[in-house]
Amino acid sequence: MLNARDILETITMIQEENLDIRTITMGISLLDCCDSDIDTVCRRIYEKITTRAAHLVEVGEQIEKEYGIPIINKRISVTPIAIILAACEKKEPLKIAKTLEKAALTCGVNFIGGYSALVQKGFAAGDRELIESIPEALACTDHVCASVNIGSTKSGINMDAVAEMGRIVRRSAELTADRDCIGPAKLVVFCNAPEDNPFMAGAFHGVGEPDCVINVGVSGPGVVRAALAKAGDCDLTAVADLIKRTAFKITRMGQLVAKEASRRLGVPFGIVDLSLAPTPAVGDSVAYILEEMGLECCGAHGTTAALALLNDAVKKGGVMASSHVGGLSGAFIPVTEDAGMIHAARTGCLRIEKLEAMTAVCSVGLDMINIPGDTPAEIISAIIADEAAIGMINNKATAVRVIPAIGKQVGEELSFGGLLGSGPVMPVNTASPARLIHRGGRIPAPLQALRN
Amino acid sequence: MRAVITVIGKDMVGILAKVSAICAEHEVNVLEVTQSILQDMFAMIMMVDIEKSNVPFGQFADELTALGETLGLSIHTMHEDIFNSMHQI
Repeated sequence: MLNARDILETITMIQEENLDIRTITMGISLLDCCDSDIDTVCRRIYEKITTRAAHLVEVGEQIEKEYGIPIINKRISVTPIAIILAACEKKEPLKIAKTLEKAALTCGVNFIGGYSALVQKGFAAGDRELIESIPEALACTDHVCASVNIGSTKSGINMDAVAEMGRIVRRSAELTADRDCIGPAKLVVFCNAPEDNPFMAGAFHGVGEPDCVINVGVSGPGVVRAALAKAGDCDLTAVADLIKRTAFKITRMGQLVAKEASRRLGVPFGIVDLSLAPTPAVGDSVAYILEEMGLECCGAHGTTAALALLNDAVKKGGVMASSHVGGLSGAFIPVTEDAGMIHAARTGCLRIEKLEAMTAVCSVGLDMINIPGDTPAEIISAIIADEAAIGMINNKATAVRVIPAIGKQVGEELSFGGLLGSGPVMPVNTASPARLIHRGGRIPAPLQALRN
Repeated sequence: MRAVITVIGKDMVGILAKVSAICAEHEVNVLEVTQSILQDMFAMIMMVDIEKSNVPFGQFADELTALGETLGLSIHTMHEDIFNSMHQI
């Protein structure tokens, strides 16, 4: 039987500690939309998405109301568009980007992901055209998110794609310079991209997935921080236990919402992503958890160790709470989306080199980092290559989402609004990696790939 | 289907009566009531049966929230499953 303390604890988590479901993401396969005629493809894509996701937002809002738990985003992810484009005689990916935007507006979702290409081993038909079109696609749409997978533990790193993505990220920023360079905030470059990730901007619906599926991403850094604050000066074993218990509760709520959404929409339940996703709201920050654990400021020596403990405890607590776990699962460290990270970056305590180290022990990678507008494409490519190498060697997903702040220098700010937040331009090492990047070719798959 | 209504705020005369009146109006049966004082704040928790409710759940919850606003109290109405899944293995 329920007791009053448990009930009040849940209410406090939601009302005061920003506990929420970050996203319900419907994955939709577009494989059956393929055709040699691009206009037919666009028509089929629009029909399929608007049919499948017709009630997604409505059901999300119903659940939000009945369970009293905020569901911040309702989103859609689709089959990587480069695969669909492969069948078209005329490779005109922008038409598909605009179709996705139209479908997102009709369904009322916050984002649609899957303007993607998977090129970890090389480029197939449609891949180059899609990648080439990303800057313009992101500039002419508001809801479409793009991602490119350039490496994996099994395949190594496609350095030709890495070189190309440096240019694409820069071009995306240039085309949206009048809107605080928002283009690259909707573009993720992955290594080991998961096929069932509900989080943007990197969500896409993998080819091994069912026709339609519901994935849920939870949130709750504020709840973890509050629990640690109440616990006081306990040792780190107790800290880990407390985080596990809290993560269990957060994830149970995600599991409940995922099952309920799946039942009401008549769509199979895919996974719950055991995530700790911050928002720019004060009190909803991963950096503040690390500081609560005993650091003066996020970015100080000790940050990587604290984050490793946090990330591991979140997974251990969450994994028993859900019947299927997947996606990115782990703590996120997007700089502009986290009040504590923004503060640490402004004071100079948090630097890109430290963030890179942190990505070796947590979910994803260098995320939402503003870099100087004059950063050459080769340096962006080299940042991507470093991050991909960490992912490839450690058998984990890593990603890069950096925003070149066109016309701005270190210390100036970019502001994207909403969940994407705002933050300072951070310094990057300016020594040139150009010769390395221009070599091209592939970094071979590491020994870790040979597991049979 | 059961729901949990929580009322948190400054104690005053007639809270229980006003909340129960809305329940009665919508054929919502009150199963259990507990009250406690939490950090000088009044906290009342009601378990109700909404199976026979004559309005959609969302509307019922909105009416109680609106009542809370007029009384300066915070009233939340939530499906009991959220508490069950969070606090029971």
